[in-house]
Amino acid sequence: MLRVSQLRKVFNGGNGMGKIALDNVDLHVEPGDFITIIGSNGAGKSTLLNVVAGAYDVDQGRIWIDGQDVTIQPEHRRARFIGRVFQDPMVGTAASMTIEENLAMALKRGQAPGLSRGVSNAERGRFRELLALLDLGLENRLQDPVGLLSGGQRQALTLLMATISTPKLLLLDEHTAALDPKTAEQIGELTRKIVGGRRLTALMITHNLQDALEYGNRTLMMDQGKIILDIRNPRRAKMTVDDLLEQFVALRGTRFLDDRALLA
Amino acid sequence: MLWSALVGTLEQGLVYGIMALGVYITYRILNFADLTVDGSFPLGGAVAATVIANGGSPLWGTCLAAFAGMLAGLATGFLNTKLKISGLLSGILTMTALYSVNLRIMGRANIPLLRKRTLVSWFGDRGLAPWVLFVMVLMLAKICLDAFLKTELGFALRATGDNEQMIRSCGVDTDTMKLLGLGLSNGLVALSGALVAQYQGFADVGMGLGTVVAGLASVIVGQALVRFDGLGWATTAVIVGSVVYRTAIFAALRLGLAPTDLKLITAVLVILALSGPSWRSICEKLGRGRNRVTGIPTP
Ligand SMILES: Nc1ncnc2c1ncn2[C@@H]1O[C@H](COP(=O)(O)OP(=O)(O)OP(=O)(O)O)[C@@H](O)[C@H]1O
Ligand SMILES: [Mg+2]
Repeated sequence: MLRVSQLRKVFNGGNGMGKIALDNVDLHVEPGDFITIIGSNGAGKSTLLNVVAGAYDVDQGRIWIDGQDVTIQPEHRRARFIGRVFQDPMVGTAASMTIEENLAMALKRGQAPGLSRGVSNAERGRFRELLALLDLGLENRLQDPVGLLSGGQRQALTLLMATISTPKLLLLDEHTAALDPKTAEQIGELTRKIVGGRRLTALMITHNLQDALEYGNRTLMMDQGKIILDIRNPRRAKMTVDDLLEQFVALRGTRFLDDRALLA
Repeated sequence: MLWSALVGTLEQGLVYGIMALGVYITYRILNFADLTVDGSFPLGGAVAATVIANGGSPLWGTCLAAFAGMLAGLATGFLNTKLKISGLLSGILTMTALYSVNLRIMGRANIPLLRKRTLVSWFGDRGLAPWVLFVMVLMLAKICLDAFLKTELGFALRATGDNEQMIRSCGVDTDTMKLLGLGLSNGLVALSGALVAQYQGFADVGMGLGTVVAGLASVIVGQALVRFDGLGWATTAVIVGSVVYRTAIFAALRLGLAPTDLKLITAVLVILALSGPSWRSICEKLGRGRNRVTGIPTP
């Protein structure tokens, strides 16, 4: 479903030194894979998702989505394949527009907007049904501006928007990290329900090592711009967080450094 | 005497209201402070006046003016989205360039339109006051804009002004949306300039000075006065704001202020309106202080 080969991304530092964020990354994602990605701070996890989504150009390498080479396609062209949820709940929705308007734009992801009505009554009915599944009472607030919603509600809405027109690839970048523990739990559950229930292909960055092993079917560990570990079932099913940390030490010779992971 | 002066004020509010709708598109919807307006407004006047002075149809001249305004907006959009020049500077560059362009089009600094066939005189010949023309054009613009903002394209335009990352993730090219918004906006502005030239009986290369600030004043005043939700109300507010603004100007003149001071007054008005939130917090601080003295707890 997604294949990247020899991906390299270098950011220019202020002092003229390049920072290698992705260092010859190869990855093959099968249809239906739900992959969790962990790694130390600055490992290049977000950069990988951003490069796949087209937010940054690559310096080298190729990206294929569903067999199609998208390496030089701009972000908005690739968006027809990709649903995204960001860490910051503010990024995924337009605050001044209503819930139904946001959903309507997401529903037509990848289609050139035209002069037909932005939201139809049929769509409203569908939105109401889908929102009811979130169990947040949003189904009665279609005409409310999204800016009135809480962070958790906005993130749930973003998740719904990212998946309302089935994406070939769902990219989740620490999408529960900015939420309080209880809300994070709910959004996590919702993610599992949506991705698992509809057999979506997804990449999810998390700093919670426990979650990394519990969610999905495959786990990647990144460090210094490289994928250093790619664990699949059945091996993954037997792994514990301690095993993960040990693996990291064995591979890198240093301790796994993610302040948030250690706190979690 | 006063009555006809008031009608004149209303007419100004209406005809400049078309310009204010254009400013509303960039400033409020696209979140883009577009200074092209000070150049595209006289551009509209210049194009319409040139066509009319050369014996052309006033309707054709007015349409051509709107089209020229769109091109001016697209030029600013091109500078901003393709050449990556900041929005503010892009507008200033186009506005500056347009000064020369407008002089080229007119061939001189001022074109009188007295005794020429204009849209205003066409209405006059049929016993209709200019405000009838202006209301028709303004209502048409308002209704079309309201309807447009409820379409898919209108959603995409609004989202571009709200959250570019979000709408790009929905597959929309935000550069195209900015070009569209700037084009529409400056088309309306130039249309307004074309009608103003026909209304006042001349086009002048300096007639654009302060247009943006007057447009902003109308948008801000309108929003302060009309506090209903919904998009139809937002454009209504702009029109109300434009009429109120022209009335305030009229009142200021009646009170004996010099016409040359008006731009200063308008600028101060806009500054006060834009700094409203800061003033409120200052007042609240003062209020809290007083309450501490009286011993009444603040909520
Ligand atoms: N836009 C940017 N400009 C310059 N450098 C960047 C940019 N984005 C990321 N980097 C650098 O690239 C490296 C990888 O960053 P990235 O955000 O991908 O890390 P990450 O694995 O997501 O880390 P975290 O867990 O802290 O989110 C870091 O050294 C970072 O400083
Ligand atoms: Mg990150």
